[in-house]
Amino acid sequence: MLKRHPEPFLWLLFSAGGVAGALLIPIVLVLFALAFPLGWLPAPEYGRLSALVAHPLTRLALFVACALSLVHAGHRLRYTLYDGLQIQHLNEIIAIGCYGGALVGTIAAAYVLLTV
Amino acid sequence: MGEPFHYTDYHPQWLRPKMSTYWWLQRRSYVAFIAREVSSVFVAWAVAFLLMLVRAIGQGEEAYGQFLVWAATPLVLLVNVVSLVFIVFHAVTWFNLAPAALVVHVGGRKLPGFLIAASNYAAFVFASALIAWLLLG
Repeated sequence: MLKRHPEPFLWLLFSAGGVAGALLIPIVLVLFALAFPLGWLPAPEYGRLSALVAHPLTRLALFVACALSLVHAGHRLRYTLYDGLQIQHLNEIIAIGCYGGALVGTIAAAYVLLTV
Repeated sequence: MGEPFHYTDYHPQWLRPKMSTYWWLQRRSYVAFIAREVSSVFVAWAVAFLLMLVRAIGQGEEAYGQFLVWAATPLVLLVNVVSLVFIVFHAVTWFNLAPAALVVHVGGRKLPGFLIAASNYAAFVFASALIAWLLLG
């Protein structure tokens, strides 16, 4: 039997996360990190946001976007450290740290979104 | 040290120059490459920021107000502005590379690359408008 390598699957998740991050994060940051805190736009009323977050579809969409973005970030950081810092001998530790970090972040996202 | 160096026939020596850790500072295109890769750290921060927002919304109106006040403090603003710059750089490079990753054939002809990139930008505009409408509309 052929030995299965996880690498193609990781690149697939990396791509999906790259798309999710590129499409969704800029507008979220522009609104919630700049426009609302600085008063450029009136911040949405609490009732509206709380109803939005309470909707299962919103939470599912947020979970998928967060999980994919975190795996994307972990995978890319792994290769940045590999290429950028010339520390190939630490390959395994870097991979465990990067994917482990993404996994911990994904579990935290699930916890936050389930307990809202 | 001190040992005289000899060459031995048929025993090739490694000729592999050691790369500096700062090799990527040598050219603009290398700096751009590393900047694009470093955007991953800011993507992770943006996810954390979003989850903190969701948590604050879950905790009640007061916590939501406090979150917005905290987001307006100088350090958080600085981190978020830097994050936004890197993530927009990620988005632009990602959309521009899409034609290299995705080759679409329509009616036996290859669709030109700029159409693939343009459809990504259109999706970006649509997604941004949808989120703004859900929040403000």
